[in-house]
Amino acid sequence: MLLMYVKAFVIGGLICTAGQLLLLYTRLTSARILVLFVTLGVALTFFGVYEPFASFAGAGATVPLTGFGYLLGKGAIDGAREKGFLGALSGGTAAAAGGIAAAIALGYLAAVLFTPKTKE
Amino acid sequence: MNGSKQKSAYDRMVKRVSPKSEKPKSLCKAFFVGGLICAIGQGLKDIGVYALGLDLEDASLFCSFCLIFLSALLTGLGVYDKIGKFAGAGSIVPITGFANSIVSPAMEFKREGFVTGVGAKMFQVAGPVLVYGITSSVLAGVLAHILSLLGR
Repeated sequence: MLLMYVKAFVIGGLICTAGQLLLLYTRLTSARILVLFVTLGVALTFFGVYEPFASFAGAGATVPLTGFGYLLGKGAIDGAREKGFLGALSGGTAAAAGGIAAAIALGYLAAVLFTPKTKE
Repeated sequence: MNGSKQKSAYDRMVKRVSPKSEKPKSLCKAFFVGGLICAIGQGLKDIGVYALGLDLEDASLFCSFCLIFLSALLTGLGVYDKIGKFAGAGSIVPITGFANSIVSPAMEFKREGFVTGVGAKMFQVAGPVLVYGITSSVLAGVLAHILSLLGR
């Protein structure tokens, strides 16, 4: 079980290091990097690479934004298998709905409760 | 060959003056903080599975929810920005960075009102992520369906 934590730490860390490399050596902004990572996650899921990777690396593969893409892609592909085109349409967003709703609702709540510190 | 001599002298000066190992250091920080967030995520997942008796899928959702909650709280308190300054991509790439990208503009644009300020600006970064994530997921699902129709 401890090994799982080491794997999560190392693999998650490496994915973030890849993001940092892009920040340092390309002109990509963080928004573009996030878009790239989520799309990459969907693509790797489609090609059947991300699922074994996720079961190997645990949270190291699912916590980075590529894991969000994995969730979306897996949902859509599973949906397509079960319900055809309609499943392909709804499956991805349905699988990711919890995370999206949490981020939006908690984001709204935080905006109501907190006021940003004045910038120096 | 005086030119090359001059050039190497210049190179040495640049090496001396420019901040040393700034880039490798930032890579290490991104690795460490990003890895730590993922290890915390693994812990939350394990709590979901072993303490709450959830299946793996629900445990993942529980893990995401806790990380998003923590990120929203720390962003609200102004702590996540400090982590971000230290960790760079280490704090951007995990799901906590996605949550931060929603909370931070939502707070900042509160002065422009709750509809066109908070409601609209919270998607400055998250909007593109959702657009490309959801669109590519639909594409993946449709392609998978077509492939299965073709009998693969």
